[in-house]
Amino acid sequence: MSERLVGALRAEFGEAILDSDDHRGDHHVTVDKGRLLDVLGHLRHREGCGMLADVVGVDYPDRPERFDVIYYLRSVERPEQIWVRTRVEEGEEVPSATAHWRSADWHEREVYDLFGVPFSGHPDLRRILCHHEFEGHALRKDYPVELGQELQETEKLFSDHDVARAAHRASLAQNPEGQGDEIAATDLLTINLGPSHPAMHGCLRAECLLDGETIVDARAEIGYLHRCFEKEAEDHTWAAVMPYTDRLNYCSPMLNNVIYAEAVEKLIGVEVPERGQVIRVIVSELSRIIDHLVCVGTNLVDMGALTMYWYTFNVREAMYQIIEGLCGSRLTTNYARIGGLSHDLYPGFEEEVREKLKMLEESIHDVVKLAARNRIFLDRAVGVGAISREDAIDFGFTGPALRACGVEYDARKMHPYLGYEDYDFDIPTGEDGDTHARIMVRMAEMIQSKRIIEQALDRLPDGPINVDDASVILPPKEQVYGSIEGVMNQFKLIYEGIQVPAGTAYGFGEGGNGELGFYCISDGTGHPYRIKVRPPCFPIFGAYAHLIRGGMISDAIATLGSLNIIAGELDR
Amino acid sequence: MAIESGQSNSALTTRLQQAVNWGRKYSLWPIPYGTACCAIEFMASVSSYHDLSRYGAELVRFSPRQSDLMIVAGTISYKQAPILKTIYAQMCEPKWVIAMGVCASSGGFYKNYGTLQGTDRVIPTDMYVAGCPPTPENLFHGLMKLQDKIDRDGIVSSEDRHGARARVEG
Repeated sequence: MSERLVGALRAEFGEAILDSDDHRGDHHVTVDKGRLLDVLGHLRHREGCGMLADVVGVDYPDRPERFDVIYYLRSVERPEQIWVRTRVEEGEEVPSATAHWRSADWHEREVYDLFGVPFSGHPDLRRILCHHEFEGHALRKDYPVELGQELQETEKLFSDHDVARAAHRASLAQNPEGQGDEIAATDLLTINLGPSHPAMHGCLRAECLLDGETIVDARAEIGYLHRCFEKEAEDHTWAAVMPYTDRLNYCSPMLNNVIYAEAVEKLIGVEVPERGQVIRVIVSELSRIIDHLVCVGTNLVDMGALTMYWYTFNVREAMYQIIEGLCGSRLTTNYARIGGLSHDLYPGFEEEVREKLKMLEESIHDVVKLAARNRIFLDRAVGVGAISREDAIDFGFTGPALRACGVEYDARKMHPYLGYEDYDFDIPTGEDGDTHARIMVRMAEMIQSKRIIEQALDRLPDGPINVDDASVILPPKEQVYGSIEGVMNQFKLIYEGIQVPAGTAYGFGEGGNGELGFYCISDGTGHPYRIKVRPPCFPIFGAYAHLIRGGMISDAIATLGSLNIIAGELDR
Repeated sequence: MAIESGQSNSALTTRLQQAVNWGRKYSLWPIPYGTACCAIEFMASVSSYHDLSRYGAELVRFSPRQSDLMIVAGTISYKQAPILKTIYAQMCEPKWVIAMGVCASSGGFYKNYGTLQGTDRVIPTDMYVAGCPPTPENLFHGLMKLQDKIDRDGIVSSEDRHGARARVEG
């Protein structure tokens, strides 16, 4: 359907559309920098691409126009996506898309931080992932991967002037007529929430200006867990990136494994056999359940409901036993392979999963029973951290946080992959977009995941789990030890890596928190030229300051828990 | 410790050092410095199935001023390092540090521009727990090793730890 968009742009803008391509079905248009904002605005307001889901930077040091800046737009009503690319020289400014989307703020800061591409008209162009004292731009090809820098001072997010301005605004909001007491800058208390704070997951930081207990203004800061996934990926073979994906969203590593494998397979152009796909569905949904259990359990414990934490973590522990049986590790699974899976299911898998799913249902029942009419829980969750449908799309929300606002966007339904179109499941949605709705959507989603797993177990076919392609999948060990061809095959796949044909592909799926995507660029060698992760948390946390402004400090904690921000994925 | 013969059964004699260490090692108050995946396994360690409290380290405190054992669970980036140092400085003596998992121990497989290559670059570290992430059992093993170490400690502060601190700060 997305080719319609390319046609519409060509008709509207003619010469300004310099080029277009649709490798593997992902439609890219290259536009003249001067018309970039017009094209983006047109797509947003006239063509229904309401969401700016990501901005990707790519460095080509040998080209005179060194950098590509690629805007990824999508619709949440129709399965339409388009990538708008513009090319700039070093130091040349790109007009900022913050004029059209609020989500552009953080995405563009990231490109500025890692590539040094400036954006004109950006309201707050600072580094975001790297420390403010960091020198150089880390994702440029000439920055050495191992060059660490010792850094000292943590950045202050509010200057004295910002505090004075916030105090003035708060006074105006309180007394629009100019009567009554002024709030002086000295009345406001600046506090640091995090990064070393139990409710901030150790890595998230928000500086809040408080008037009493009310948050007058807030700013969020990230990057405390920036482990350089994207730089590391360029330094490894395609297959060796897999263990790094475990550690992106470490609450649902299987989902990351599977979606990364899907992305690279899309780029190569292979498809996993049916048994492999069904197993991938099962492990993905198990992972989603674990992810939601951790989110709901910790969210409730942050609100003081310790009992619910025990209930959710007990069943999660039971789920981990399945994962551990499957791949020998509890958290860092490394289970999927490009072209298949590392190995098949273990004997007795099916019975164990069915038994533990029963346990899950009881536990969900218990938690809902404890929470649904609990006065304290309702007081702390209903109407807290609410966001409207329009704002959520504007900020680039996906996943349960978006569905809690009533938008039925789920990648499994809209862009079915792994045969999700053949499963019977619903998309739970909320109405109010608040903390309560987000928790309830997650609880309902676990039940849907359970339904999907049961259907998958019923239909689990026999047959191979891996593609029959020696250039992608490692040969069986008998061949490696028994024949010279087998040895050579293994050696070449390990040392040179899978030879992925040159091109670009965006593989994505429904992660625990929303649309998780890998934008992969290959130059035809065994190493990725660039992998950009589209982490669902990133745009969601971009809206955090907006969500907590005007609320109480304790609401900020409850809100954060319901967003399920996972720092590994947020900072990469 | 021994029950004195010739006296009533209600008295124990011991060396002060031994008694203090016995108390210290079974009443560790951990502060989890959780940043990444290991923090999730730390949560599993304190929850009911594995239950850290069986080993005398039950009271998880989130204030450094109330705790004497810092468990660094997760990757420490260069951006995080100054904060880790500050939090450590806020803890009262005697204090111990467990680096949980390979990232905290050595940077793990993150050998890159953003990741500190081990907590011992900025704070003295007593125990390194292997694993990525370590299983709860593995963490308990590290904790018990630390308890052995505390058992051998002096009352005031061991020279060993003073030495380590001087190296890091110098």
